[in-house]
Amino acid sequence: MTEPLLTTEDLVVTYGRGRRAHQVLHGVSVCVAPGETLGLVGESGSGKTTLARAALGLAPVSAGRILFRGEDIAHVGPRDRRRLARDIQVVFQDPYTSLNPAMTIRDILTEPLVAQGVPGDKARSRVLELLDRVAMPANSLDRYSREFSGGQRQRIAIARALALDPTFVVCDEPVSALDLSTQRRVLDLLIEIQERTSVAYLFISHDLAVVRHVSHRVAVMLRGEIVEIGPSAQVTEHPQHPYTQRLWAANLVADPDEQERRRQVRAQLNQIAADAATLSERTTP
Amino acid sequence: MTHELEAPGEQVVIARKSVWRRLLHNPLSAAAIVYLAIVVLVAVFQSWIAPFPPERVVPTLTNVSPFGSEYFLGGDRAGRDILSRIIAGTRGGVLSGIIMASVALSIGIVFGLIAGYFGKVFDNVANWVFSVLLAAPGIIILLALYTLVDVSMPVAMAVLGVIASPGVFYLVRTLTLNVRNELYVDAARVAGLSNVRIVGRHVLLAIKGPIIILAAFLCGGAISASAGLEFIGLGNPAEPSWGSILNDAFANLFIAPWQLIWPGLALGLTMAALVLLGNGLRDAIEGSFIKPSLRTWRAEVTGLAGAAAVVRTLGVRGASKAQAGSPETSHLLQIEWLQVGYPNGGKLNPVVDDVSLTVDKGEIVGLVGESGSGKTQTVFAAMGLLPDNAVVAAGSVRLDGAELLGLPDDEFAQVRGSRLAYIPQEPMSNLDPAFTVGSQLMEGIRAQSSTSRAEAKRLALAMLARVGIVDPARTFKSYPHEISGGMAQRVLIAGAVMGKPHLLFADEPTTALDVTVQAEVLDLLRDLQREYGMGLLLVTHNLGVVAAVCDRVVVMRLGQVVEQGTVREVFSHPRHEYTKMLLDSVLDHTEARSPLTEEGGPSDD
Repeated sequence: MTEPLLTTEDLVVTYGRGRRAHQVLHGVSVCVAPGETLGLVGESGSGKTTLARAALGLAPVSAGRILFRGEDIAHVGPRDRRRLARDIQVVFQDPYTSLNPAMTIRDILTEPLVAQGVPGDKARSRVLELLDRVAMPANSLDRYSREFSGGQRQRIAIARALALDPTFVVCDEPVSALDLSTQRRVLDLLIEIQERTSVAYLFISHDLAVVRHVSHRVAVMLRGEIVEIGPSAQVTEHPQHPYTQRLWAANLVADPDEQERRRQVRAQLNQIAADAATLSERTTP
Repeated sequence: MTHELEAPGEQVVIARKSVWRRLLHNPLSAAAIVYLAIVVLVAVFQSWIAPFPPERVVPTLTNVSPFGSEYFLGGDRAGRDILSRIIAGTRGGVLSGIIMASVALSIGIVFGLIAGYFGKVFDNVANWVFSVLLAAPGIIILLALYTLVDVSMPVAMAVLGVIASPGVFYLVRTLTLNVRNELYVDAARVAGLSNVRIVGRHVLLAIKGPIIILAAFLCGGAISASAGLEFIGLGNPAEPSWGSILNDAFANLFIAPWQLIWPGLALGLTMAALVLLGNGLRDAIEGSFIKPSLRTWRAEVTGLAGAAAVVRTLGVRGASKAQAGSPETSHLLQIEWLQVGYPNGGKLNPVVDDVSLTVDKGEIVGLVGESGSGKTQTVFAAMGLLPDNAVVAAGSVRLDGAELLGLPDDEFAQVRGSRLAYIPQEPMSNLDPAFTVGSQLMEGIRAQSSTSRAEAKRLALAMLARVGIVDPARTFKSYPHEISGGMAQRVLIAGAVMGKPHLLFADEPTTALDVTVQAEVLDLLRDLQREYGMGLLLVTHNLGVVAAVCDRVVVMRLGQVVEQGTVREVFSHPRHEYTKMLLDSVLDHTEARSPLTEEGGPSDD
């Protein structure tokens, strides 16, 4: 692999202080290459969103490093953060709260441009270009986000993330609030944009099927640690770690026969786990 | 309700009504606005409007009665025209309101925003200072000021503004705290916006509504406070004001009591207008649904969907008996030609349109559709739990052959408790945080049958164990925030199944849960359904859930059923285009994306 774009080294994130301190990430090391999608799966509380927020500068890093093109960005100040905003962007899970309800789409899309000092007329033409790129009509500009459906709002959020031509975009469960058919279209839009602009994604989801569709590699998180990482097909089809195996067996598929097979695998896995538990009980006096 | 159709660029047009238009639409606030506009105009152009200079004294017109002389509203005890004096006093009143409100708002907003957004030390100090200010006796401070130094009315109002600022501060601080963690604020931070810009644009814009409302009430308070101060003689005696006119009239109480009416009226109307405007603003900004009276609602439903719809929508005693003659059915639940809609601009906007489906005993039926398909509305109609403004225009819902639509509320409640049960989507928000899990379960048991407390507790513990909770006694004593989402859903399932219902409705019962927990909860639902022989209608958008547990599936789109059949049949040979499109959107069988090329570097295309 070439020089990675973003690397975390033994990243530790702790919320709170003193007796109330709560460590969420216990030394996480991952890397994302330019133009690559790293999928991140795990259940709620596994720390996947915290990892993403740390990369965005929204979570307190208490140890370890986050390298972006070799520069440690774990503790950068506001000035450097503003410079990094050109490269690192985000699409959040909930398209209903990630767009300010009191602002028009034009204001929402212009804002990151203006914050970076892009002159007015350039910003205006850029905004039209962005809308076109996410397949939204140009007459959406003077409307408010509440006038759009979930899928359309997520397109607008993607357009905002792309405004500054970033090289790295964090996608935090970008399709889990969307309807099935919309979900597919938004995912394909993300892939198409990646193929065109070579942007790298850190793509977070709890859904294995979604992750494998967009990710080149997949990392599995459990209780603040990466338990398995590898090529998409390998992790999602031949999982090695027992937790990933359970995740695979629990993932619902729209096929009654396959579902029945996975139910049996799940029962077997539970049996193995139960056996292991009794065994350890017997061996430890 | 918005829904995305096939075309990605599809516009969803919602009539956009500005706050202004909604405000003017409300007759009370429109009247208040007109009145206040007149007051302000009078304040500005008073010298042109007033018939006489306010200080003109005509001794012969002392205490002259109203409507009888050139002094239209009568003369006061010094022979001055009361109307001219009230007009002259308008300026002072309006100014006091503006000064006090703007001082209170500027202090409260600035400090509230900083304290709420940045928190930490500033928040602690500001909290402390404003608490002291809140505890300080305002009027006494003001009176002390008057005794020590010569205070003019504007300065006094500014001091009052400072004293009133804690109210604004605490409101703004709380609102800011709520907005601070919104995703769009995070997005603004990631976009590299400065804090000043984030606070000024995102936070202030989002919380402006309640502040505007508070400003209207503050103005009212300020006008009454200034009148009070002038009434006790603390104003400028050279300038007429509503408070001093009131004071003059008060001195004349036994000679010409009617003199009290005019300044009283001016004050009362102005304050009432500001309060009405505040209330109108609240309704316009926050949007409130005003429930019509039963009679209006009945007439509206009749107009929209006919007299029969009134029975279905509102429920009438004996309705079930009247319709008992309908043909017997062997189905456990039979929904036929159900139509549900919401009134919109004199027409009925249908959300459920001619829906028919059945659930048999011991059968699991999946009701599938995307948002806006009407699947939840169908289930809510069958449970008699539609919102107040919904109209059940047509159709029938029969449980064990007996008609449910048209049952009065109390009879429907009885059916819900015993023969029907419901498992909601968000387990946490469906448990009351103030009570323990155990007490909520026992309440359900004891509402349905006259069980003793001890017996109810035994039943609840047994049921908790049955739904797979490892330590039932501990969960029984826990409060909802002490258990996980998966456990909360098991508790709700326990509560729903406890009364051995014939039919169970589950609305996206596993959507909020983690993948591994979801699979376990679905297994549990299936096991319980088999054990009790219940019928289960499962609403979901997830085709995987349908494949996992359902026997039959009903596909809905835009309020209509497009296809139904056994799960295997529909999934392997979908007939309707929409079902095909849904199944094609499933990602289960797509190729996993292969890693970037071994040499590294993204491909150029």
